[in-house]
This record gives sequence, structure tokens and C-alpha cells, in this order.
Amino acid sequence: MSALTELTELTAAEAVAKIRTRELDAGELFEAYRGRAAADDLNAYTWVADAAPDPLPGPDTPLAGLPLAVKDLFCTIGVPSQAGSKILQGYRPPYTATVVANLLEAGSTLLGKTNQDEFAMGSSTENSAFGPVLNPWDRRRVPGGSSGGSAAAVAAGLAPWAIGTDTGGSIRQPAALCGIVGLKPTYGACSRYGMIAFASSLDQAGPLTRDVTDSALLLARMVGHDPRDSTSIAMPEPIRTPTAADLRGIRLGVPEELLGGADEGAGIEPGVRESFEQALKLAEGLGATVDTCRLPHAPHALSAYYLIAPAEASANLARFDGVRYGLRVGGDSDLVTMYGRTRGEGFGAEVKRRIMLGTYALSSGYYDAYYGTALKVRTKIAEDFKAVFSEFDFVVTPTSPWTAFELGSKTDDPLAMYLNDFCTVPMPLAGIPAISIPSGLSDGLPVGFQLAGPAFSENRMLNAAYALERAIGFDAAAARA
Amino acid sequence: MSGYEPVIGLEIHVQLKTRTKMFCGCELSFGDPPNIHVCPVCLGLPGALPVINARAVDFAVRIGLALGSEIAPRSLFHRKNYFYPDSPKGYQISQYDVPVCLGGELGGVRIHRVHLEEDAAKLVHIGDSGRIHGSDRSVVDYNRCGTPLVEVVTEPDLRSAEAAHEFLTLLRVTLRQLGVSDVNMDEGSLRCDANVSIRPVGSETLGTKTELKNMNSFRFLERGVRAEIERQTELLKDGGAVLQETLHYDPAAGRLTSLRSKEEAHDYRYFPEPDLVPLLVTGEMIAAARDEVPELPAVRARRFEAQFGLNEGRARDLAFRKELGDYFEAALVADGEAGAVEVSNWIPQLVERIGPDADPSQSRVTPAAIAQLAGMVVDRKVSRDAARDVLSKLVAEGGDPTAIVERDGLSVLDDGDELAAAVDRAIAADPDAAAKVAGGNVKAIGALIGPVMRETKGRADGGEVRRLICLRLGR
Repeated sequence: MSALTELTELTAAEAVAKIRTRELDAGELFEAYRGRAAADDLNAYTWVADAAPDPLPGPDTPLAGLPLAVKDLFCTIGVPSQAGSKILQGYRPPYTATVVANLLEAGSTLLGKTNQDEFAMGSSTENSAFGPVLNPWDRRRVPGGSSGGSAAAVAAGLAPWAIGTDTGGSIRQPAALCGIVGLKPTYGACSRYGMIAFASSLDQAGPLTRDVTDSALLLARMVGHDPRDSTSIAMPEPIRTPTAADLRGIRLGVPEELLGGADEGAGIEPGVRESFEQALKLAEGLGATVDTCRLPHAPHALSAYYLIAPAEASANLARFDGVRYGLRVGGDSDLVTMYGRTRGEGFGAEVKRRIMLGTYALSSGYYDAYYGTALKVRTKIAEDFKAVFSEFDFVVTPTSPWTAFELGSKTDDPLAMYLNDFCTVPMPLAGIPAISIPSGLSDGLPVGFQLAGPAFSENRMLNAAYALERAIGFDAAAARA
Repeated sequence: MSGYEPVIGLEIHVQLKTRTKMFCGCELSFGDPPNIHVCPVCLGLPGALPVINARAVDFAVRIGLALGSEIAPRSLFHRKNYFYPDSPKGYQISQYDVPVCLGGELGGVRIHRVHLEEDAAKLVHIGDSGRIHGSDRSVVDYNRCGTPLVEVVTEPDLRSAEAAHEFLTLLRVTLRQLGVSDVNMDEGSLRCDANVSIRPVGSETLGTKTELKNMNSFRFLERGVRAEIERQTELLKDGGAVLQETLHYDPAAGRLTSLRSKEEAHDYRYFPEPDLVPLLVTGEMIAAARDEVPELPAVRARRFEAQFGLNEGRARDLAFRKELGDYFEAALVADGEAGAVEVSNWIPQLVERIGPDADPSQSRVTPAAIAQLAGMVVDRKVSRDAARDVLSKLVAEGGDPTAIVERDGLSVLDDGDELAAAVDRAIAADPDAAAKVAGGNVKAIGALIGPVMRETKGRADGGEVRRLICLRLGR
């Protein structure tokens, strides 16, 4: 193992500590990662920095100059921000997203922009206009999505850590499929200003990291009320580094609606179920109690999600019209023709499908039956969680029903693809935080374990995940080789 | 109206005079070079988010209070979806089913609702027509985009084009007095659409309505509505039916052309704006807004009638222009309320001399001076004609009316002998007219009064001259 590789074997928290004690130089670390990112053969990156910023943030800044991989859909001033879409190919925004600005302010350095499903619509990163991302555990397989580039980059050691966004599972599911940690915060914890929107009432930024400690460290510098985002809220307390050694007194609820037999729910793979149950045993060993709980409306979450998210997306994506920025096709023709050609060529199939779904769901005469009903289901799901959290500290599920699947195996079956989100979709509908940590391998592929807690329970959730992570002792070094 | 009764409701868009736009920090502007007051939010750049302008909310609440609306403690913003280059996000953020103000009344016309929204960008069509059809190309100026707008919607309570004009005038002066808008139709800070239908007199059901757009002046509003009432009446008389459609008024041709029919009507797919939280208006916000609502023109006009005995027209003329009403009341303070009607008579005279848009308090004529002048007329110390002369001098040089009268020898000619002599001279000079008057043709008296007034340089009191002539000629 070369010296440079050793550098990239450090977790972010370890690297920060070494930079702070002057054992490690942030510029050297940046170069090590820049070299690996530039040689990326997973297609995880859509843009990599030419050089470290000059000057680098000082070693005593909170994040000590550590390089950061940023999902493409975060606007970064002067740097391509394309949301994985041809319609924004080459688009360089004139401003930086608040979350990114917060992290740069805290001493992060921008290493690169990561590939994603177009406009975050997908669960495999196969919907990117810039080609699919490969899973570092098995290059014939997908890394999950939509934050697949961020997850693959972190898993493969092409970045110490990354940020992504989660709308229905887009941080947690790729984290699970790539064997890393991914956290979706409480809705409103992180500003959405400068995140190219998919579904405004669901989108949340969050960290993708090698371990739980790194997630806490990164999240601590992402959160905060932003006067530019009316839906953002100040956390009631700062995010702290987790330290819990056990899970004594922690009550874990396993929702029977999400964990039904093979003929129910999403059909959880046996290997995934096995890994999940082993993790539960470890949790009990740490002092947690495990019981089944009821989320009666959770089976309808996917249906509600696939009405609400596309409805919002149909409006959010209306601005991509060829008039002001991005792709324009048929500019010499009349307005409607230009709109049609631009959007026809600029958007991929999945994006078009969801725009049509959403447009239909909001149409006069259909609104009440579709969008209106979906909003009611959403309220019911939030009430379900509230009831469960009066008896349980966390709801736990496998993050994804499956491990990483082969490229192309689900692209012709959108409904099968949507089932990926079966266990991750209820939480954003309720606005609550959830984290995915690796619970082990199934046939050599990582399995994700999900904890979800009440709004603003991030510190407790990170502590529980931290204790469990240490008991599981997952080794992801193979993916970085 | 040949057996039909028009039913008219108005939708009025008012640009608010806030410092910044509805959802971003860009400054409002008019007439600046294009696309300099823009930012990621009002350009609809990817990732940008709206934030509600608190001052715009305050203004909307003031308007609601002025119109007697109910102020909603919690209202919502929706997205109104449509594709057009004037809408950079592809939707307009507007209030839909839960507006900030509900109900109300102004000048006998019921208000349906008042809601907040954002203005669109300005499209400039390069080509002969100035409209998108037939233009070579179109360019967009986003300076206006995101300007705060309030939309006032009336109930269909208006029954004529004149009434529509009159209501819009009252709304305009009310909003101007509130200080929330420039309310200038030429510059587009006040815009009016009209929903027009007709029905047989006596009928309670509403006929099919059309929506008239682009009536960008008071004159065009009245003409457009009148033209549409005529068009609909002709249609129904000929046994036809009115089609529900949106019409564009072409002021040059005085014609209405169809923009779109009901079948082509947009489906705006309204849904709650997820980038904003509900708008909460607290009791404190309402109290603060109430403190900023002055006495409104309609109320002031009624007070002028009741308190000072002004007639309706004069009361409105003074009350509907704040500076005139203020000037009038300042004059009364200076000289008591007894001669209020006479003082009010002199203000239009002053306006005539200083120009229709000038503020009299900025002229050289102090309120005390005009009150004094009115008092001198009432006390017959100066004739009405001479007083007009004095006013012109006051406008030119300022000063004290009494002093001007004395200096220029304009005091009323009350020396009986001098006036009597002048009357005798006039009768002698025009025996024909004198004979006519003596014979009962009172109209001919003008021919005798004129020379007397000329000779006395207007200092004589016209009434007195008339009385003397009649006396002399035995009438």
C-alpha cells in the first residue's frame, strides 16, 4: 500500500484530526483524492477540480480543508451543475447552494461534482444523461440512486465523503447498495436553496460517508435555518459527535407492514432479511428491545409518493424551457415548437414519465382523486409514525429490499424500479430523519440497515447508529481497493 | 338598454410600491435598462427559492382593511402553472382558494376577494404589430418579473360602463391615499380586466360572460365595456348566444378580438406552493396596518358634505385628491368653518391657475390667503370678478389678498353715486338695449351690465349693477 493510498484510507474524522495536529497536509490529501477522482472509472464524477483551492482553508477550520464530493444538482458557482440532465449540459450557475456554501465556509474544499439520476429521478443512477455509475463492489451492478455517484465515490475511496439529496430514498438506498452510511435529515434541517429541485416538499440534503462519525461531522456543518429557504428550520440543538457504547433502553420497532413475507410488501430478498435479523440480534445484545410495530398506511406510501413527487416535479421542471439557460432546440421556430423540441430532446424517458404523471395528477377533474388523496395518505403516514414513536425510539427496516442489481436489469420495468423505495419512501413523506448503515454482506454485496426517528432526533439516531455500527464491524476496504 | 341589463365585475391588478420584489431582494423599477434588476430567484434559475416580502403582506392587509375585508389569519400561496416566456419558473406564485383578504365593499360595490401574487416579466415583440402574432422575434425584460401584485376582484355588482369607470376611479384614489401603489394605468401599476354579461331586465340569473383584457386606461375601460355590452346585445337580439371567451380590446380600432374560447382555456393545475409555508397574519400585524390606514376618500367626501355642507360633486373633487382636501381643510383651520362652501368654490379656481396636477400647498397661495379672499367675497368687500383677479396675482406673486386689493384699488365700488353715474352713462350710450329691458326683455340687460363692469374695472358687484339698472328702467 503506497503512502498516498494510506492517506485515502483514513476516515474524514481521522483525516481532520491528523491535519489539525499537522501530521497531515490538507493540500497533499486533496491531491491524493484528486488523483483518484480524476482516474475515476466508475463514472462517479461529472466534474473534477483541476487543483486545490488556493489558499486552502486553514488546518484549524472545522473541516480542515477536507475535499468534498458534491452531487451534481447542488448549484456551485462557475462549476457545471447539471442535475444529470442533458437539458442543463454545461450549465454553470452564478451562485452556490447554501449547504455547499456552509460546508466551504466550515473549511471544505470542492473536489468534484458527482453523477446522479437525472433530476434525482431514479434508484440506480442509470437515468443520468452522462451515463450510468458502476458499483465499486461489482462493476456489473448499479450503485443505487439517485445519489449513486456520491455513494460510489465514497465507497470506492474517490472522496473522503460526499453530500447528496434524498427525496424518496436517494441518499439511503445508494448508501445501502454501496456499503456506506447515508443520512436523510429532518425536512427543513438543511436549506434547499440552490438544490436543483425534484420534489420541493420532500427533497433534503444529507451526508454520504464511510462511517456514522463522519456523517455527524459533516451534517453538523450542513444544517441551519436559511433566510433564503422559508421551509428551513434551525435544529433545536447542534449535531454532536456520537459516543454511545450501547443501546440500553432503546426500543426498536419493526413495522410488520414493511417486513411482510415474500408475497407481501416489496419482497425482501432472503440475504437482506438475514442480514437485517442479525443486526437486530446485535442490537438486542447491546441492550435494545426489539418488537413489531404498526404503520398501517405505509403500504400506500409508494403510491402517494409517486403522485406527490411527480406533481411537484411537473412544476419544478417547467422552468427548463430553453428561454434563459441550458439547452435550446428549434430556436428559430415558433415558441411552442421550441418548447417541445427543447424538452423533448433535453429530458430523458424517466423524467418525461414523471412530468406526465404529475401533470395528469394535478389536472382539473383529477386533482382530488389523485393529488388530493395522496396528500391525505401522507397525513395518515405521518400520524402512523407519531403513534409508533410514542412507544418506540426508532423504526428499523432494511434500507432496500435488495442488494445492488445488475445494470439494465430493471430499466424496462419502472414499477419494479419504484419498489426499491418501498422502505425509504414513508420517512420523507412524514418529514422525519432516517439513516442507513451497512449491516453486512449478502453474496458479497452490501446490505443496508435503516433507522428512522422522530423529527429532530438526529443526535439520538446518530448515537444509536454509532453503537450498532461498532457492533457490526462492517469492513468496506474491499470496495476501495 | 333595450330590455337587457349589463352585469359587470372587475378584476384589478395593482402593483405594490414596495422597495423590493415579492419573493426576492431585487429593487422595483420602471423604465430602467432591461434585465438589471434580476437575481436567481426572479429569473427562475435552477435551485432558487422564493421568500415572502413582509412589506407586501402589510400593504395587502392595509388594502383589505380599507375595503372592509376579512383578513385571513392563515392564507396560502399556490402555483399557477403555464408555459410562457414571461413566466420564468413556468408557474406564477399566487393565492388561490385561501386569499389574504376576503369580502368587503367600496362605493356600494361588493369586493369578492383581495389576494397577493407576483407580476410577470415584460415581453417586447419586435415587429410591426407590437403583438406576438406576426412579430419577427420577442425579447424578455425581467425587471418587472416578481413585482408584488394585489388582485382585487369585485362581485358582479356594476351595471354600466360608467359605473365601472366610477368604481375604478374610487379604488384608484383609495389605493393612492393608502400609499401602497402608484396606481398609474399608463405605467401599468393599475390594470383592469372586466367580466361582462347581459341579461333581460328583471332576470336574476347571470348570462354567459366574456372576459375583457388590455383596457389600459380609464377611457378604454369604459369604451371596451360599452362596446362589449353592445356586441352582446346585438348577438342576443339576433337570436344568437354569447360565447364564453377571453377578448382583447384594441383601442385603436375600438374592436374586441377573441384571445381564446372556453375550450382553449388554460388548465392552470393549481397546487399549494411547497417552497413556501402558510402566510400567517397576526393581530399585531393587523393593528400595525390599521395605524397606517388614513381617512379614505369616500369617507372624507361624506364628511365634507355633512360637516361643511359641500355638494356631492365638490366634496368628491376635494376628497378624492388628498392634496386638495388637505389644502381645503387647512384653509378652514386658518379662517373658521363658516365660509367653507365659499372657500371650496375657490379651490377649483386655484387649480385652474396652477395646473391640474399641481399641489396647491406648493403654490404661492397659502391656505390662509385663499380663506381670506373667500371671506372678502362673502363680506362683499371685493367683487367676484375682482377676486378672480386677486387670485391670479396671488398665484403669480403670493402675499396677502387684502394688501393686493388695497394696492391695486380693487375693493368693491360701494360709492352709490359713482356707480349710479356709471349706470346712467351705460343706459344713455345704448338706448336700444335700455328700451328692450324697459319693455320686459330682461335678457338684454347684459348689454348694459358689461359697459358698467368695464368702466369700473370689475370692482362693481354684478348683482348691485343689475339691481340699479332695473331700478332705473322701472323693471
